[in-house]
Amino acid sequence: MEASRRFNVQQSGNPGGPLLVLAHGFGCDQNMWRMVRPLLEPTCRVVTFDYIGAGGSDLSAWDAERYSNLDGYAADVVELCRKLDLRDAVFVGHSVSATIGVLAAPVVPERITRLVLVTPSPCFVDDGDYRGGFSRDDIDELLTSLESNYLGWSATMAPVIMGNPDRPVLGQELTNSFCRMSPDIARVFARATFLADNRADLDGVTVPTLIVQCAHDAIAPREVGDYVHDHIRGSRLVTLDATGHCPQLSAPDETAAAILRFVATS
Amino acid sequence: MTRAGRSQPDESTGQQAPADLYDRSPCGLLSTRADGTILTVNATLLGWLGREREELVGKCRFVDLLGVGDRIYHETHYAPLLSMQGSIAGVAAELRTAGGDRLPVLLASRLRSDAGVEVIHTAVVEARDRRGYERELLRARESADRERDRAQRLARVLQRSLLPPRLPTLPGMTTAAHYHPASADEVGGDFYDLFRLPDDRWGFFLGDVCGKGPEAAALTSLARYTLRSTATHEHDHAVLLRTVNAVLRQEEHDAAAAQCTVVFGSLRVDEGRSIVRLASAGHPPPLLIGADGTARYLDLLGGQVLGAIDNPTIAVATVELRFGDTLVLYSDGLTEARIDTGRNRYEEERLLAFATSLAPASPTAVVASIQSLLTQFGDGVDDDVAVLALGVPPASNDAASAR
Repeated sequence: MEASRRFNVQQSGNPGGPLLVLAHGFGCDQNMWRMVRPLLEPTCRVVTFDYIGAGGSDLSAWDAERYSNLDGYAADVVELCRKLDLRDAVFVGHSVSATIGVLAAPVVPERITRLVLVTPSPCFVDDGDYRGGFSRDDIDELLTSLESNYLGWSATMAPVIMGNPDRPVLGQELTNSFCRMSPDIARVFARATFLADNRADLDGVTVPTLIVQCAHDAIAPREVGDYVHDHIRGSRLVTLDATGHCPQLSAPDETAAAILRFVATS
Repeated sequence: MTRAGRSQPDESTGQQAPADLYDRSPCGLLSTRADGTILTVNATLLGWLGREREELVGKCRFVDLLGVGDRIYHETHYAPLLSMQGSIAGVAAELRTAGGDRLPVLLASRLRSDAGVEVIHTAVVEARDRRGYERELLRARESADRERDRAQRLARVLQRSLLPPRLPTLPGMTTAAHYHPASADEVGGDFYDLFRLPDDRWGFFLGDVCGKGPEAAALTSLARYTLRSTATHEHDHAVLLRTVNAVLRQEEHDAAAAQCTVVFGSLRVDEGRSIVRLASAGHPPPLLIGADGTARYLDLLGGQVLGAIDNPTIAVATVELRFGDTLVLYSDGLTEARIDTGRNRYEEERLLAFATSLAPASPTAVVASIQSLLTQFGDGVDDDVAVLALGVPPASNDAASAR
């Protein structure tokens, strides 16, 4: 299958403008960008996609082994950049995608030339002096939480979601139709996300980088954003007066403004 | 003077009802700002949490009431969905009470805009019983999955025990076989074997017992060992198959269950000219794929199924295998596979055309081609398929010129 269909790639915006690749994090799909996207489109070319296993991606391409760590996702970003022949792109990664961007950028230096890391965390689990915000037990609790919440997913829905695109879509948008993910896939993605430790990879970032963090984020606290800022040479840090882990939803105007300012001035 | 009619709803209690419904509602209710800061909370929820209103309002965010795992879930799933959809319902979570207990609940939230300020209304339903029930369901599913794995493993092992682990090497001949199970859960009813007989002869058979599962496996075992043991002393193949028939007839089986079709053959390997004697009891006719690029079915029709009647008719034939010839035995799972999205069966004509397109071909090549054919059929293969092929390799140049 063609890469653009496999990753459910959507392109829009100003074809002559700077190229932004918006990558969603754990828990949702490219719908996460629906509020900032229109703010970026007038000046930028915008590409969004779903990771394999999320949203409208090709679920048959999912592989528990490949996606059990972030390298598998980073390899997909590299492949996507090559297949779509993206050049000189600003990779905007939210949450775990920030780390995926950190891993992918050095592999394709002519394609990803700048990074925007939105509420990044290179390591969620506390380790020695490092405060990621969580213990290993906390992550196990999250996995239990995922087990008990099959939101928008059931055995009868799965074929519809996985069905070929030619099939007529259900007339009515289903409850919790965004961010659907099979519980099996979610479990693997959660482990890959929350047990990853990519602190050492921050040193490998040589491209201009913007870190966008929220003043009150229960997932990636400010110390973590500061840590990332300290470990990526020459990076810029913007702290939004926003709450939560998803400023593209809770503070779309400020998030878009920060991205656009960085694009214009870096 | 006391007010009259306390027991009757009057105007004043009617007016109080909404406030009472809010505060004493059977579900917990709270409202927060968009950032989660608690604005109001009802008495029911305070009671469940063992907290005072002053501790929570304006001081505490909704996520602070959740355990850590649920907090991550809230930030990564609940809040984004609520923001995108405007509402969300039926989400399981656990609240932390003042006493440190966990209270299983179901959450529903709705985003409201009050004079331009976004407010989130949340209802909390106690779900101790439901969560317990769900956990039971989950446990039951896990145990069903485990049982299924076990059953599949058993089926695999049993199936393997009914087939030769590997084919013996026949001097001057090549052989290949394949077994394609239609289901991972059930033992199929096809079987084959290739084995040494006294006087430098070799025996082989391929058959299909009626039915599937453990009963079919028991029957396969019976047929297979009767064939092998009888073959050591009985040279007349028709008599041999009638012996199997007699054994099956003795089986105290349900109705017509103890039945099978089979092709039995024996051969003595002779330099480039092996004479193969065959007998068939109601089984699809074997294919002969010739060194000359042709393919044909052997005339082995007219035999009757074993186990159905006393003294069934057995069809017999003799064929000579020369350099480059390959004899193919198969079960009807192959010819009865559904093709053209289920409209048609593969049928013997198509199999013959396929065999002709392969000719000449070694047993290994034939079996590999049939394997890929089966892969192509996919779900169209309803029944198990067994294939056994025996052939004489093409003559080397020296041998050919000596002929």
